[in-house]
Amino acid sequence: MAKIKTLADLRKIKEEAQSKIKLRENSDNPEQLIQIKVGMATCGIASGAKDTMKYLVEELEQEAIDAVVTQTGCMGYCYAEPTVEVTVPKKEPVVFGYVNKEKAREIIDMYIKRGELIDGIIPVNFKTIDE
Amino acid sequence: MTEYRMHLLICGGTGCKASESDEIKNRLNKFISDSGLQNDVQVVATGCFGFCEKGPIVKVLPDNTFYVEVKPGDAEEIIKEHVVKGRPVKRLLYTDPTTAKHISDSKGMDFYKKQIRIALKNCGFINPENIDEYIARNGYEAMGKCLTEMSPEDVIKEVKDSGLRGRGGGGFPTGLKWEITRNVENEQKYVVCNADEGDPGAFMDRSILEGDPHSVIEAMAICGYCIGADKGLVYIRAEYPLAIQRLKIAIKQAEEYGLIGDNILGTGFNFNLELRYGAGAFVCGEETALIHSMEGLRGEPTFKPPFPSVSGYMGKPTNVNNVETFANIPVIINKGATWFSNIGSDKSKGTKVFALAGKINNVGLIEVPMGTTLREVIYDIGGGIKDGKAFKAVQTGGPSGGCLTKDMLDIPIDYDNLLASGSMMGSGGMIVMDEDDCMVSIAKFYLEFTLEESCGKCTPCRVGNKRLHEILEKITEGKGEEEDIERLNELSMVIKDTALCGLGQTSPNPVLSTILNFGEEYKAHVIDGKCPAGQCKSLLRYDIVEDVCTGCTLCFRNCPVGAISGERRKPHYIDQSLCIKCGVCFDKCKFNAITLT
Amino acid sequence: MDTVNLTIDNKPVVVKEGITILEAASGIGIDIPTLCHMKLDDLNIENKPGGCRICVVEVNGRRNLAPACCTNVHDGMEINTHSMRVINARRTVMELILSDHPFDCLICAKSGNCDLQDMAHKLGIREIRYKGEQSTYREDTSPAINREIDKCIMCRRCETMCNEVQTVGVLSAINRGFESVVSPAFEMNLDHSVCTYCGQCVAVCPTGALTEVDETGKVIRALSDPSKTVIVQTAPAVRAALGEEFDMEAGTLVTGKLVAALRRLGFDHIFDTDFAADLTIMEEGTELLNRLGKHLAGDKDVKLPILTSCCPAWVKFFEHQFPEMMDIPSTARSPQQMFGAIAKTYFADKLGIKREDLVVVSIMPCVAKKYECGRDEFKTNDNPDVDHAITTRELAALIKLSNIDFKSLPNEDFDNPLGESTGAAVIFGTTGGVIEAAVRTAYEVHTKKELPRLDFEELRGMEGIREATIDFDGLPIKIGIAHGLGNARKLLEDIQAGKSKFHAIEIMSCPGGCIGGGGQPYHHGNVEVLKKRQVAIYQEDKNKAIRKSHENPHIVKLYEEFLGEPMSEKAHHLLHTSYFDRT
Ligand SMILES: Cc1cc2nc3c(=O)[nH]c(=O)nc-3n(C[C@H](O)[C@H](O)[C@H](O)COP(=O)(O)O)c2cc1C
Ligand code: SF4
Ligand code: SF4
Ligand code: SF4
Ligand code: SF4
Repeated sequence: MAKIKTLADLRKIKEEAQSKIKLRENSDNPEQLIQIKVGMATCGIASGAKDTMKYLVEELEQEAIDAVVTQTGCMGYCYAEPTVEVTVPKKEPVVFGYVNKEKAREIIDMYIKRGELIDGIIPVNFKTIDE
Repeated sequence: MTEYRMHLLICGGTGCKASESDEIKNRLNKFISDSGLQNDVQVVATGCFGFCEKGPIVKVLPDNTFYVEVKPGDAEEIIKEHVVKGRPVKRLLYTDPTTAKHISDSKGMDFYKKQIRIALKNCGFINPENIDEYIARNGYEAMGKCLTEMSPEDVIKEVKDSGLRGRGGGGFPTGLKWEITRNVENEQKYVVCNADEGDPGAFMDRSILEGDPHSVIEAMAICGYCIGADKGLVYIRAEYPLAIQRLKIAIKQAEEYGLIGDNILGTGFNFNLELRYGAGAFVCGEETALIHSMEGLRGEPTFKPPFPSVSGYMGKPTNVNNVETFANIPVIINKGATWFSNIGSDKSKGTKVFALAGKINNVGLIEVPMGTTLREVIYDIGGGIKDGKAFKAVQTGGPSGGCLTKDMLDIPIDYDNLLASGSMMGSGGMIVMDEDDCMVSIAKFYLEFTLEESCGKCTPCRVGNKRLHEILEKITEGKGEEEDIERLNELSMVIKDTALCGLGQTSPNPVLSTILNFGEEYKAHVIDGKCPAGQCKSLLRYDIVEDVCTGCTLCFRNCPVGAISGERRKPHYIDQSLCIKCGVCFDKCKFNAITLT
Repeated sequence: MDTVNLTIDNKPVVVKEGITILEAASGIGIDIPTLCHMKLDDLNIENKPGGCRICVVEVNGRRNLAPACCTNVHDGMEINTHSMRVINARRTVMELILSDHPFDCLICAKSGNCDLQDMAHKLGIREIRYKGEQSTYREDTSPAINREIDKCIMCRRCETMCNEVQTVGVLSAINRGFESVVSPAFEMNLDHSVCTYCGQCVAVCPTGALTEVDETGKVIRALSDPSKTVIVQTAPAVRAALGEEFDMEAGTLVTGKLVAALRRLGFDHIFDTDFAADLTIMEEGTELLNRLGKHLAGDKDVKLPILTSCCPAWVKFFEHQFPEMMDIPSTARSPQQMFGAIAKTYFADKLGIKREDLVVVSIMPCVAKKYECGRDEFKTNDNPDVDHAITTRELAALIKLSNIDFKSLPNEDFDNPLGESTGAAVIFGTTGGVIEAAVRTAYEVHTKKELPRLDFEELRGMEGIREATIDFDGLPIKIGIAHGLGNARKLLEDIQAGKSKFHAIEIMSCPGGCIGGGGQPYHHGNVEVLKKRQVAIYQEDKNKAIRKSHENPHIVKLYEEFLGEPMSEKAHHLLHTSYFDRT
């Protein structure tokens, strides 16, 4: 381990280390964050949910948007996989279907950043996993 | 650098380790690599989550799913179902006792709702064996700030303004203690951390050291800076192997980073730390005894003054603080005295960690703002009394404290209120008793403890406590006389008035407070010869009701001491002088012919 | 000097800052009772554990009662030493102590002299309200000391003596809580420990927990055996203390009455250890001059300083603690053993009886002497040179037992030939005395001139370590004196480190020397008693016609008739000894 010789050194290490536990920090206060759940049951994975998830995580990170991306089980909309549920603070959750990379990009740009609704919303009569 | 998208936190505290948390961790890791997710999912052993009643606990992040009572056999399902498929394992979720619903997110659990975590902020959150995780949580920032931007006087003022009082029991204002030690002139001074934690059932300090050792190290360095000490000693009981190991790792990592050692952060401030091991005597938690024990002498208190601040370890000025006291320091420096003093009650600021135990649903470690009521702690956080029984009393302050009754449930908990109600804050043990507990036996239990732990130096404690215990024993054995209650009172008062150290001065408290609050129960024992709670065996009496007994001989055949006699098909009879009150006859009789009074 | 104002029992007082309530009260004649506390001012000895809690007093504004022995006074204090709360607490504490104490007063070695008994009396204890289990421990006996620690009240005085004063470290508190007691580690026998038998623990124990091994029965048996000739020797310090046992003022010299009492007890010859002390000077002084001479002649093999060897506890101490330095002390036996050796040879021959038919009893201020006379090197054919050593206290008991009214006894004289002694021998009884006696003789032998003066004030006193340079007619002789083994240790460590500047060092185990021995009447923590005994010893020296050992006519005769000259072969055989590594 290199010695920490100044307060600035310490802060640098802090920044590096923070990214490692950011996930934990964020999930400590989920209600203030954008929460994104990717349907990741067998059907979802088969239709590329993993890629979508990876893309979302990376892009959000890139743009420094504080969001928690988690996976959830099958949402019951297998026909529309991959499905993604987005909860913006103080708003009702919205579920999008057929989310590939392009769609994901659109969700970030339009819905998350500007709050504009876009196509592909699945009517909201579902339950989240936390019943 | 790998960034994991999912963290599985598993409690690596002593309690949970005992229930195989290591094995669970290994299996989780195995199934993670089996599923090829080793780069996506990280398993972190953290300190205690506090919810020990339901340990071991596995918390899945980012979705905050909180699994309780996890067994090694559950690891596969957690990985295959939750991690891979995103389907929480319902059977492992916590069930709300009132609504009977599963709760997946720990935030929704009553146990956590009323808690504010300052001293425990990192416990159950970071890997205590990884200094980077501590640094990521602002670790050593406070020390850095003190060393570079604040004078020792500034820091002391901040600590004084925060209103922080010692969490080791006495409640002495911490900033003031630092100031006193600072003002004693001497080339060599010491900072001592008291991690002896001897109260029966208490494990607050252990949990902090296991879950967040760096917070204590950082605070000790800050204290060293303030009082002018370059040497710190942690006195920790040898029965805390995990805490010792974590501390050692933490000290080593901090040394490697140069966060303790010489010329810290280039400021010229030196601070080195050493561990000293205690043999686990309660009285060694008393600061003068602790110091003598560290000096290699018999762990025995000496008269104060001189206080350790003036003449302590090796005769040098020594600042002794408790683990939890220290754990509050970095937060106070980082967030400021005002932030801290806004939490808590009028004269007791901040939070207090309690170890909830006894007849309560959610046994565990909690941290609540000062001023929280006992009712909130016991019913909201603690989930009420086990098995739906009636609440009877709660003992705070361990063997030095007293019991508080139903009428006192709405007292906001702080140093002064507890003292005024005949108990004390102590180090944070909180033991809940229900209708089945006999208060005379409870007093006897605590005295047994002090009796064992007295150092034997002074007469009132060495002999007086023994005599108190003997009288209590006599009462629970049904041989008490009415005058014994007065004798207990009188002797207790003299012991409190004359004992040398805090142990003896407080040891009669459980007796006095049970007599005060449950005097009727004492009277029942000595006058009516009854134990209302049915705990004192010698006061129980089994009888056979002649009219009901069929003479089946079942009881006769089962009595282990041959106390029952009688002819077949004729009523049987129990010889009271032989009966050992085991209750076998009572359980065996098919005709309910045996009564218990 | 800063002073503070306070009131004690409503009396306003102005006292020095920094003193205790106990001291402040005693200054105005208020005698707050204490049990564990003990302070021997001039000797720098203090036992202040604050453990017994008998001395508690009420201080206005304080939550609990304050122990007077360790609470310092401060300005404006209002103290009440006998309020109802105080008296109740004090008596309750006393009852608690007694509730864990055997009720053995009637048959206890300490009865009548027991601080605990006195305190029970003073506090008017008539009943014990809190009875219960009593702690019991194994009794332990050794060649010199009995431990009956059921009677220990944890005052820790013995521990202070053994650890801090003597630095022997045998006794310490063991166990916890109700089971705590002061004992050698692991409750081992004293006999198996490094105990020196200095007896300082016995000297301060307030109860009968630590006492000397009682040999009065053996003495009575010997006295009533018509086939034995029983002779007695009495050590110098005894005559300065025995009177205290008969309510005489401390420091009263009772030499003549002592002799009369011994005669009435039936001893056949009443002799004096002082005679042997003169003999010791002849031998030890010669040894000193020999070593010094060789040293001055440049002999590198000769070691200096020479250390005195008349204290058996000191001998055992260095055998345990400094075995690598066993060649430094003088090889001269202690006066007790020199006496025994001469008695069982020279004197037995004179009487024409076998040594087995001669019983030598010694009266000693010391308990270590009991152990010493049992050492194998002081026996011939299993017959010891000294048969029984009894303490000053045991002698007092014998006198009382034999219906002798001590105070009204006439003064009588010692018998000859082993009863004649000089002033030099008398001062063996106090710290500094042996070396002063040695100087008186060595000076004259070395310089062949008469001493210009006899009183060497520079060697006297109570200071734990003292030093002086005596001019031997142009040759400066550097002398060190230590009493108390802790002080001795300091000088020994200096020698070990090659830092010692002395030619000769006198060492006595007991603070004050033999006048403060473990077998003396109890001083009950009053250092004035020791000081008065010291004054008496020097007075006795002054009273003597002859004050230099080599001028004792019977000593001169003994050499002429029997020994030849000092350090002769015969003298070596009978009067010198060797030491054993006991580690
Ligand atoms: C019998 C007895 C036992 C004690 N045990 C502890 C202990 O285990 N841990 C502790 O921190 N303080 C304990 N204390 C309190 C200490 O003496 C001391 O007051 C404390 O460590 C000071 O730290 P604080 O000001 O941070 O509370 C005990 C006191 C007594 C009288
Ligand atoms: S009160 Fe008890 S623990 Fe404290 S000094 Fe006295 S005997 Fe020892
Ligand atoms: S030690 Fe004292 S109180 Fe105890 S039995 Fe002996 S004389 Fe009596
Ligand atoms: S006789 Fe001396 S050395 Fe032995 S135990 Fe007593 S004080 Fe210690
Ligand atoms: S043995 Fe005697 S001197 Fe030693 S602690 Fe016990 S009572 Fe005190």
